[in-house]
Amino acid sequence: MAVVANGEYKFPSRDRVENYYGHQLLFACWDHHMLMAAPFMLFGAPDQKLGDIIEQQLKPLMQPDPDFDKIDWDAIEWTKSGEPWTPDFNKTVKENGLVHKEQFRFKTPGLSTLVPPQGE
Amino acid sequence: MDIKKTPKKLNVKEKYRLMTRDLAWEPSYRDEKEIYPYVDYEGIKVHDWSKWEDPFRLTMDAYWKYQAEKERKYYAIIDAHAQNNGHLNVTDARYLTAIKLFLQGISPAEYASHRGFARVGREFAGVGPQVACQMQSIDEIRHAQTQVHAMSNYNKFYNGFKDFASQRDRIWYNSVPRSFFDDAMSAGPFEFLIAIGFSFEYVLTNLLFVPFMSGAAYNGDMATCTFGFSAQSDEARHMTLGLECIKFMLEQDPDNIPIVQKWIDKWFWRGCRLLTLVAAMMDYMLPKRVMSWREAWNIYGVENGNALFRDLARYGIKPPMHWDDVEKSIDHTSHQIMLGLYQWKFGTAFHSWTPTASDIEWLKEKYPTTFEKYYLPRWEYAIAQKEAGGEYNNFGLPKLCQVCQLPTLFTEPDDPTQLCHRETDYEGEKYHFCSDGCQHVFEQEPEKYVQAWLPMPALMQEPLKGDLAAWMEWVSLEPTAAGEYASSEDKANFEKWRKQVSTD
Repeated sequence: MAVVANGEYKFPSRDRVENYYGHQLLFACWDHHMLMAAPFMLFGAPDQKLGDIIEQQLKPLMQPDPDFDKIDWDAIEWTKSGEPWTPDFNKTVKENGLVHKEQFRFKTPGLSTLVPPQGE
Repeated sequence: MDIKKTPKKLNVKEKYRLMTRDLAWEPSYRDEKEIYPYVDYEGIKVHDWSKWEDPFRLTMDAYWKYQAEKERKYYAIIDAHAQNNGHLNVTDARYLTAIKLFLQGISPAEYASHRGFARVGREFAGVGPQVACQMQSIDEIRHAQTQVHAMSNYNKFYNGFKDFASQRDRIWYNSVPRSFFDDAMSAGPFEFLIAIGFSFEYVLTNLLFVPFMSGAAYNGDMATCTFGFSAQSDEARHMTLGLECIKFMLEQDPDNIPIVQKWIDKWFWRGCRLLTLVAAMMDYMLPKRVMSWREAWNIYGVENGNALFRDLARYGIKPPMHWDDVEKSIDHTSHQIMLGLYQWKFGTAFHSWTPTASDIEWLKEKYPTTFEKYYLPRWEYAIAQKEAGGEYNNFGLPKLCQVCQLPTLFTEPDDPTQLCHRETDYEGEKYHFCSDGCQHVFEQEPEKYVQAWLPMPALMQEPLKGDLAAWMEWVSLEPTAAGEYASSEDKANFEKWRKQVSTD
């Protein structure tokens, strides 16, 4: 469907990657952990190591959750746009295939202190 | 001797004809298309503008007289409220959060509505809707003004009131009501009427006004309550206008039906998302509660909505597309929103707090299947932090919905343990949504919503580039206006002044 207008209607997107001076946005969601109410918005450069973004931005934000210390980081199930995905923390954001405004999600099976497990 | 001739008094019908329909004329040297360039492009076909029925038959002279009388009474009460320290009669200072949210989010919406009706009154080609829209436009600017006046008295004593206009434009949660009205105002004149006149004023207005105004009455806020009474008769007129406008469109041409249906689907969903803030207000912000959001929805949403859509079925209009998703969300949204507002309270121009023991009992009773199981553990976590001398805050910036602009904190309609994730790729860029409803709105008109100004992504762009101190200054947010209620200046001052008054 297209917008109904009385003339040509074409405008650039407000959050296009060009507006981020060589950086980009990412979103991260810890599934079934809603103490932090919404997925986090992260910010970095495409040539930054994904591991650095996880360590410096994501982990400090996840810390308040009582499950944080129990996470087995090797057992996490990752997804990206609904598909299984294996990140490489030593590679860059770009090498990991994370484009501007991409969201990745991760599941930590067995941890459900504040939110009941799925389906219960 | 001359006999003094009394001018003949006009009867109501004659007066109405002369002062509304008779104001129009047939253009002689310009054609209609030049004068009304916006009435055709949306695809709505109108064959006879004179079929527009004005159920109130109100003329301008009667309107002025009637409104002036109401205002005289209204301002007498507002003055008395100010002179007698009426602000100390509210239940307690937690109540102020509800009216701060009203002043920042709703009063500017009244103003936006004033501008919108002024515009469409000019754009319609028939004198009936022109006059009706003009009166509603004047109503709306009066509402904005009288609300600001009612609340200006609180501004002398409490934080968070002083710069509501900048906050309306800039602070993150106010982009929810702002984008709602910007969306309506950048639509064509017929869509605007369905958006604001019908979906908002007719279908949803009771869910907004009744809770706020009865909340004011229950909690001793005479100023706001008086505003409610003053506006009540206007609201009744606006609802009738909303209903008339949809019937007019549906009766003019059968080709209008699918267009109107599309707008109802869109604006009902957008309105329900906007009202999640009212849900949080009703269930959490009023020290003395009127009714739960669930109870209000059952009365004003389900009962009234069912009757309305039964009535519209004879035109071929169906209930709004995402009605079932709204129904499924009712027992969840207020908790989800309030937990969000609480954890981001360092960035709100109002205070929030953790529910007290009696609040928790009330919430358990009103939401027996959801509150205790899904939401109480998170509140207990925040309460435990407070008892240990700390405070729970989430310093992460949330992902926002491209359409409603709320943080994407809503869960899947059928799974309250999982956030709802929806995304669309459009022209090589990713867009995220809180729900199927918002994704659907986007996909109908992606060219429009790619332009949305989303406060979180905007914070990382020029000129703020993620500088939170600069952001606070830009949104005019002083630290005293934000944060936990328990440690706020508002609470301390209210209690001190109330004690002084009672001992004097």
